[in-house]
Amino acid sequence: MGNTMTDQTQATGSTGPVPSQKDDSSSAIIRVESMNKWYGDFHVLKDLNLSVRQGERIVICGPSGSGKSTFIRCINRLEEHQQGKIIVDNIELTDDIRHIDTVRREVGMVFQHFNLFPHLTVLENCCLSPIWVRKTPRKEAEEAAMEYLERVKIPDQANKFPGQLSGGQQQRVAIARALCMKPKIMLFDEPTSALDPEMIKEVLDVMIELAGSGMTMLCVTHEMGFAKTVADRVIFMDGGEIVEEAPPHEFFTNPQEPRTQKFLEQILDH
Amino acid sequence: MKKQTVDSRPAGPKPWYDPRIRSLFFQFVAIALVFWGGWTLVDNTLSNMESRGISTGFGFLNETAGFGIIMSLVPYDATMTYGRTFFVGLMNTLLVSAMGIVAATIIGFIIGVARLSSNWLVAKLALVYIEVIRNIPLLLQIFFWYFAVLGSLPSPRQSVEVGGSFFLNNRGLYLPEPITQDGFGLVWGALIVAIVAVVGLRTWAKRRQLATGQIFPTFKVGFAILVILPVLAYLTAGAPLEWDLPALKGFNFGGGITIIPELAALWIALSLYTASFIAEIVRSGILSVSKGQTEAAKALGLPNGLTLRLVVIPQAMRVIIPPLTSQYLNLAKNSSLATAIGYPDLVAVFMGTTLNQTGQAVEVVAITMAVYLTISLTISLFMNIYNRAVAIKER
Repeated sequence: MGNTMTDQTQATGSTGPVPSQKDDSSSAIIRVESMNKWYGDFHVLKDLNLSVRQGERIVICGPSGSGKSTFIRCINRLEEHQQGKIIVDNIELTDDIRHIDTVRREVGMVFQHFNLFPHLTVLENCCLSPIWVRKTPRKEAEEAAMEYLERVKIPDQANKFPGQLSGGQQQRVAIARALCMKPKIMLFDEPTSALDPEMIKEVLDVMIELAGSGMTMLCVTHEMGFAKTVADRVIFMDGGEIVEEAPPHEFFTNPQEPRTQKFLEQILDH
Repeated sequence: MKKQTVDSRPAGPKPWYDPRIRSLFFQFVAIALVFWGGWTLVDNTLSNMESRGISTGFGFLNETAGFGIIMSLVPYDATMTYGRTFFVGLMNTLLVSAMGIVAATIIGFIIGVARLSSNWLVAKLALVYIEVIRNIPLLLQIFFWYFAVLGSLPSPRQSVEVGGSFFLNNRGLYLPEPITQDGFGLVWGALIVAIVAVVGLRTWAKRRQLATGQIFPTFKVGFAILVILPVLAYLTAGAPLEWDLPALKGFNFGGGITIIPELAALWIALSLYTASFIAEIVRSGILSVSKGQTEAAKALGLPNGLTLRLVVIPQAMRVIIPPLTSQYLNLAKNSSLATAIGYPDLVAVFMGTTLNQTGQAVEVVAITMAVYLTISLTISLFMNIYNRAVAIKER
């Protein structure tokens, strides 16, 4: 689907609502166009538009219930959207299962509650998908996994089970597990909110290191320090809408919208 | 070490406040009570039987039984001993239990998964099945299948017939019996070779996946080998198999294999009844795996089938196995309801007819109870071994 469109990309090049699957806004790796989502009658996501360039690091924040988690979960279709378009790495997310699986292979995700597989060792957790989905030979997969485990600084826990690790260690394993699929995009869904305060830093350090390596990252988080250091853009969501979108220095020093100002006051106060 | 802790204490508590002495005391009392109770029972029974002139011992097992049994897996006739009736009954119990466990497991897993289906109709049908079947007493269900369903089949002369070799009537289901001729050993040989080949193939495929990452369609190819090799051997050996077809002789059928309606009714009722419980166990097992696990697997790009196989089922099994074991035990024990419709299981044959004829109540009941205990413990043992294999290793 859409491969033949490559030649036409330049020809079409218009800004209008061209019904093409290929990107016309050049290097956007994620494009969300007037996306809407409902839970029954409840309108969770309202007309969201977002375009993320390769290598961009985006932090999404907002009060709880604002739809930020739902939003990034739509990007690898853990949630379905009902209206509008989501195009990830030139593939539009529709009901087509093959497209969904292809997209998920390229999009890593880290969850609030880690969601490691408790019946598999740390190393097996990391190798599972490379072996079964990417069809990597086990030896190769294990070597790659060890490299990533070293990168998140827990190679010595490789043969333990997740239940034997601390929360911070588990979350770092979860990051390594996602990286083992060599994704183009990483989604973080409140990766530090289930952690004890002393473990937050070790996870953030790993994420900062990852951001430095040029990974495209979308991160739902309340860690404003993290947003300040690594984000290219901060997106503020409230009531299912994108209220404000700005580079971090502007976002934190000079927020435009009253809702953003109020939110920032509340979380930066203490 | 114990001594040290005692010694290091400045002044120990009074003996009746010391928990260790207390627990020793109560254990001693408990054991004494059990022994006293057991001894009283045995002594009482023995003296009572003596006063009534009932001989004790297992000598009756060698006496001639003198009654017929409608179905037996081993050669049996009325001239054989009571010991033989025990064996016939035992085999019949084991047969219906084994058949029941297999069928109940298959039906139970299917219904359990169907119950979780996102298809409204499928889920509701499964729900209705479970709620109806598990809320009606098993004995009624056995009667239902025996009298209402199988009993209303036509008489032998009006049998339902398929191709002149399968007959169904109210006396049972009649199937052709395969009789092996010379040269059939080749087919057995081929089957063994095929099994070895499939095991080898599996090992090879696993090793290849580890080395190269390619996944070999082991199941399909293995299945093909299992079918094709024996069939080839069968054809090369010149089809060394003859069929003994059932045929109407007088008022009933002779020849072939007969599945008596008693067995069929008991098997169907036991399987369906236990399956409804197994379905709920399977459902709860699958639901016990948190949604986060499936989401994590999906986010890693694992397709649904692999998610189920690699992530959900291994975790669900540890929840499923223990209650599944008790369902298997229930099924084996419930098979004793066979008596109600006259299926010659251990209870009907041994604790029924044999006990009535010999009057050796104590021995017969003891043997029968010991048998059920042994069957149950054996099932438990194997399930526990399996459970240990699938248990999650934490800490």
